[in-house]
Parts: sequence; C-alpha cells; structure tokens
Amino acid sequence: MTTLNNGVEANITQTQPLWLLAEITYRCPLHCAFCYNPTDYADHTKNELNTDEWIKVLRDARKMGALQLGISGGEPLLRDDIEDIVTEANQLGYYSNLITSGVGLTEKRIDSFKAGGLDHIQLSMHDITEEISNFVTDTKTFKLKQKVAAMIKDRGYPMVLNVVIHRYNIGHIKEILEMAEKLGADYVELANTQYYGWSLINRNQLMPTKEQIDEAEKITNEFREYIGNKMKIFFVVPDYYAERPKKCMNGWGEVFMIVTANGDVLPCHSARVLPNIDFPNVKNDQLNEIWYDSSAFNKYRGDDWMKEPCQSCSEKENDLGGCRCQAFLLSGDAESADPICTKSPHRHLIDQALEDSKNEILQAQPIIFRTDKNSKELIQGEHKERLKDFKAMP
Amino acid sequence: MTQKIELSDIYKIAPHHRFQWEEAQNCYVILFPEGMIKLNPSAGEILNLVDGKNSVENVVTLLKEKFKDAGDIEKDIISMFEFALNKAWISKE
Repeated sequence: MTTLNNGVEANITQTQPLWLLAEITYRCPLHCAFCYNPTDYADHTKNELNTDEWIKVLRDARKMGALQLGISGGEPLLRDDIEDIVTEANQLGYYSNLITSGVGLTEKRIDSFKAGGLDHIQLSMHDITEEISNFVTDTKTFKLKQKVAAMIKDRGYPMVLNVVIHRYNIGHIKEILEMAEKLGADYVELANTQYYGWSLINRNQLMPTKEQIDEAEKITNEFREYIGNKMKIFFVVPDYYAERPKKCMNGWGEVFMIVTANGDVLPCHSARVLPNIDFPNVKNDQLNEIWYDSSAFNKYRGDDWMKEPCQSCSEKENDLGGCRCQAFLLSGDAESADPICTKSPHRHLIDQALEDSKNEILQAQPIIFRTDKNSKELIQGEHKERLKDFKAMP
Repeated sequence: MTQKIELSDIYKIAPHHRFQWEEAQNCYVILFPEGMIKLNPSAGEILNLVDGKNSVENVVTLLKEKFKDAGDIEKDIISMFEFALNKAWISKE
C-alpha cells in the first residue's frame, strides 16, 4: 500500500500526476499576510483560462491518472463557472476538493456544488478571535467564516478546516482545536507557515519561536489523544526549525501538477521564481507532453542535477535535496542543497532568519498584505529593503 | 486504539471516503479529503466486498472461494479489517 500526503510513505516507481491543483484565479477578496501566491501575481491575473480550457485540462489530466483535484486560487469562488468544473470533475471520477476562504459561498452555490458531485470543501480559518482573524486577512470575514462552516456541515460535507499557523495565532492552538470540535470538523490542518511569496517578505513578522512551536505540537498531541479518530488533526511542521529539509512536493514532477490561472503548468506552487526555466502553458502544449517530455518537468527529476553535499549524501533519497525554490530564493543557486539542511553551506541563512525574527525592530516593520496595489508596487521595484535578502521576487 | 473485529460485524466504506478501481494505476484506491491510498491487490479484494451488506464472515467465505489455493486467509483478512477500521477507512453499518 502506498499512502500519499497526510500519511505514511510513498513508493512511486513511475511519475504520474496523481494530484492536479487548479489555481483557477489569482484574484482574492482576502489579503492574507501569509499567502504563498507569488508576490507578482498582479502580472498573472489577466488571460485566465476559460471554462472550456479548464475542462480540457481536467480531461487530459484524468487520462494521465490524476485522481485528486484541488480547486484553489486566489479565491476560486470569484469565478462563476466552478459549478461546471465541479460537475465535469465528478463525471470524470476525480475526488474534488474546493479550497476556499468561504467568501462567496452562498446557499445557492453550495447546493449546486452538491448536485454536481463536489466531494469536499476545505475552509480556511485564522483564529478564534475576530480581531486576529480580521487583522491577518486584512478583511472583516471572521463572522462570515463561522456561518460558512455551519453551512458546509449542514450539507453533509466532510468538514476540513485549514488553519495557517503563525506568531499571531500559535498561542491559541488549544482554543482553535476546541472551536474545530464545536464546529464538527472531521479534519483539521494546522499548517505552520511555509515561507514563500507573501509570507517570505513578512517572515520576520510571522515566524513563531521554537518554544511556541514545541508547545503547539505538545497541545496538538494531547488533543489528538483526547479526540481520537473523531477528528483527524494534521500538524504540518515548519521546516525552519528542522535539521533536514522536506521532500518538497514529494519530488519534482513526481505526483503533483499545478495549472495556474493563465494556464502555466508548474511542478510546485512557487516554481516560477526559478531562473532559466520556461514553464509550458496548456494553451500551447499538450498536458501529457508537458508532464513527461518538457525540459521544465524533467529538470529536477531524479538526482543527476544534485551538487554536493547532496550528491554523495546517504540521506538524499529521503528528501531529494529539499525545495528548489527555497534553495534559490535564499542562496541564489537553485541546484544547491535546501538551506534548511544542517549539512548545507547556506544553513547560516536560516539561522540568521531565525535570529531576525526575534529582532524587535524588524518585527515592528509593517506587514505587507497581499493586495493588488502591493503586488504592483513590488513589481515596480518598491519595498526594496524587504526583498534584499532574496534572489528573486518570492 | 485497536478495535476488535467480530465475524458478524458488517462494515461499509466510511463516509467521505470513496473506493474505486483505477485503470491508470491498475489497482483499487481509497480517496478522501486531500488524501489517497493505493491498495495492494489483497487489500483491494477485501475492501471491494465491504459494502454495508456482507458480514466479515461473508467476506472471508467469498474470498476463500475465490482464492482456493491461498490457504487459511481468515487471519489476514481480519487484520486488514482491523487496519482499515483503525485508519477510519471503514465504519460499521
């Protein structure tokens, strides 16, 4: 048996895009400080694929073996054709997951999704307090999310709450889990912030301390003991405090395929930051050729591309050298070991980031929220001081 | 937290889980929110009979008939039920 994600192990012998993530629009009514979307998303909001183009993507990927479909964004509900996409996904035999902030989820739409065969709705929640929830999303959406949660439960959907964890809510883990229990959640993902995109430029403001993370994990384990199988809790460990990197995306071009709003096909969410790669687009190329034959998808498959210390490392199969984007963003060399690794010659960059996150002057800098205005300013080269440590715009 | 399996128990695939044959992978799979399990052939054969109608005993009988040369497979089947129940892939009818 092989278990993918949330689970034990995977021993995939041939690459197959089992997971298709449709980042269907970069438009979003929320402005979360920790969003992993690219900071230059404002450049990618035009030329969104139309309904027919998405349906072709779904059909082509299904033929290649894709099973899990994530409909994400931005906020996917800003598009009015999610109903058509969900219906098609169901007919094709996907397990379909709508990943939403809840904004725009009306009674009418949720009923259409149910009729169309949508399998699951994952709702993002931010805190138990209205104040922090509204602050970190830069919106007034706390009450709405509570309402939407009840509506999801009422329609008999599995209730999956995703809570991104950062300095502002890590002290409330117990209360967040109690809220999830009260809402009748079946699954809770406590996803420690991964530092890409907007979260990377806000790293000093978001990063919790090691002590806070240890405490959060302890509380989570205690809660798990208490609740058992009734509510599954996933605690996504933050890699900055680890000694070895994560096996990013389960390996480059192994099981995950991401199609972005404008049709670019990526092996991971932030791959566009990498230099010297032209990512193919479904408007120009066939999906199976992109997956199997494109230079982009073959670039970091296997381990031939690795440099030392990865190439001769006895642990290289465990993590495949970690994350290419993190390596490039922080060290400037996309083929170097992920700086998370204590064997990496660039580990000092991570240690420095951990130090900086304790620096009160740096912490006090304002958060740059994910807004069109900020994205355009970043594209135009403003906020240089916030980008100086990174080798590309995150 | 292992729960005991009785031969008279009747199980079904748990709510929010979907069990299906996948041509592209040539195996049965279980799908659930953001996760999937590719089942090995024997696990697939067992769960294919977990339909909210067959008792555990029926599943054992049916599989013994289907795989006559497999020897005494009852213990393995029960272990698979335990495993699946513990993973919450199946639930009691």
